[in-house]
Amino acid sequence: MIDSAFGVLFDGFAYGMLLFVLSVGLSVTLGMMNFINLAHCSFAMLGGFVTVSLTNGLGWPFLASLPGAFASAALVSVAFERGLYRRLYGASELDQCLLTIGIVFVSVAVAAYVYGTIQQPLSLPAYLRGSVSILGHSFGVYRLFLIGVSIVITAALVAALELTRFGAQVRAAVDNQRMARGLGIDVDRVFAVTFALGSGLAGLGGALAIEIVGLDHAFAFTYLISVLIVVAVGGLGSIGGSFLAASVLGISDMAGKYYFPELGAFLIYFVMVALLMWRPLGLFGKR
Amino acid sequence: MPSATLSEPQRHLEAQIRWQPLEIAFWLATLLPFVLTPNHLVLASQIAITALFALSLDLILGYAGIISLGHAAYFGFGSYTAGLIAKWGWGEPLTGLLIAAAAAGALGYVTSFIIARFRHLALIMITLGLGLLLAEAANSAGWLTGGADGLQGVRMWKLLGLFQFDLYGTTAYTYSLVVLFLGFLLARRLINSPFGLALRGIRENAVRMPAIGAASAAHIRKVYTIAAVMAGIAGALLAQTTETVSLDTLSFQRSADVLVILILGGAGRLYGGIVGAIIYMVARDQFSHINPQYWYFWIGTLLIAVVLFLPNGILGGMARLVRLERRAA
Repeated sequence: MIDSAFGVLFDGFAYGMLLFVLSVGLSVTLGMMNFINLAHCSFAMLGGFVTVSLTNGLGWPFLASLPGAFASAALVSVAFERGLYRRLYGASELDQCLLTIGIVFVSVAVAAYVYGTIQQPLSLPAYLRGSVSILGHSFGVYRLFLIGVSIVITAALVAALELTRFGAQVRAAVDNQRMARGLGIDVDRVFAVTFALGSGLAGLGGALAIEIVGLDHAFAFTYLISVLIVVAVGGLGSIGGSFLAASVLGISDMAGKYYFPELGAFLIYFVMVALLMWRPLGLFGKR
Repeated sequence: MPSATLSEPQRHLEAQIRWQPLEIAFWLATLLPFVLTPNHLVLASQIAITALFALSLDLILGYAGIISLGHAAYFGFGSYTAGLIAKWGWGEPLTGLLIAAAAAGALGYVTSFIIARFRHLALIMITLGLGLLLAEAANSAGWLTGGADGLQGVRMWKLLGLFQFDLYGTTAYTYSLVVLFLGFLLARRLINSPFGLALRGIRENAVRMPAIGAASAAHIRKVYTIAAVMAGIAGALLAQTTETVSLDTLSFQRSADVLVILILGGAGRLYGGIVGAIIYMVARDQFSHINPQYWYFWIGTLLIAVVLFLPNGILGGMARLVRLERRAA
């Protein structure tokens, strides 16, 4: 019993870290521009497919393909931001939702056209497979790797936001966009860079997700809801909030699947609605 | 307007209530399928049902400005209620419809207390979450709903004891069309009343309305409940005319589809949902041979185009064309 609880906790935390990498970019960009980007997971899916193509098609090693996933998602997202999103920054939430849902529809169809509707195969290198035993518990190596990567990313993000000049500009823009503009910060440029970084992280998350949850053409839809839950529950623009919300969501999802399989995802949605009713701005939301 | 008098809003409302020749022509044209395409009446009945569903969304989204990504909850709830009543041995359509409407309305009334409290992202997430919650509950309660296999064994009696639901859909279309028309009359009356004006006020400025003394929260609760009743009736119609209910009636996909339909036609215009439903359903029927994956490519492209170039949907675009024409003449 205790052993299974430990396993659920570990697997759930690893899954939560995956959700965190997928969603942290959306949290920051939503907090900054109030732009509801439902197509965030389309960029994640792009990263996943880039990794599949690089490793299976061109024979790149898995680790070398991860920067490719990051860079391609970041580049494509900037093109979208400049070309489409920019026009709707002042528009209604409904218009933003509709535009980005449209992009999700298109991306799902394009993925189905190019890659078919099957689960994408991915063979991990030997050193990321199997499991290791520590203090009598066995841990999946890939999940350990995933947790390690996420913690490094979190530390880097927090450090960049708290310690660098650019991070200070981002925080200023999130807290009060007009005031930041008044102080001479080029909010548009800051936002474009942040958007690219956030989408790049999503792309990286998409690539990392293949081994845990699989990748098919519908990824942009399937994980959109989980990502939105993390962002809404964690609070906009809060990295710590996203981290906590993603961990809770990952662990409770895994526990629900393990202990109450007949309930399905019911528990997750229930917790989300209850949390949002309690705190509409999320656990750490400021506005 | 310096010459505005106290009766000005009333005159405006009265002008809106008058039936335009184009409207009468439109409703007469809905009878055409009986003559022109008698082999496609099943499709026509589906269009009428979808139009009623879109109309119900229009009441809350187009008029009160409440964005819902989970409106299928009420559609599916009405659908399952009507299906279950018939399955349990009471196959009378009209009373089944009323019971389903009441059930969906009760659900709508309970949830409206939540809806009225929130706006912005939290509201979108809560509507989405409530919809998913109900879909998951229906999926889990396989003993009641049949789960992924759908609800089997729904048998309807004759409509009014006279008309059998036939394979050609003659009864189904007549029935759906009459209910759609009644729903439309109700919506039209509602929108052109002071209550309807208050709803538009909430849409335009949600903070100002309470400040001038309007009971915003109560208005939102009321319109949300009415929209839930209407969506439940649409769902019940679908269950009764197809004699089956699937989980798909509660799905996020259905919520998204009806949103697309309404936006395509033009939100905040009574005919937007109906026109959108006609175009969407006919196009889907015409392209049904292509893979649904690719169908969504075009839907997505269309959505992007509508948001960027046609902010008020097809009807809004047409209204603008007419205005330009008049100015040129």
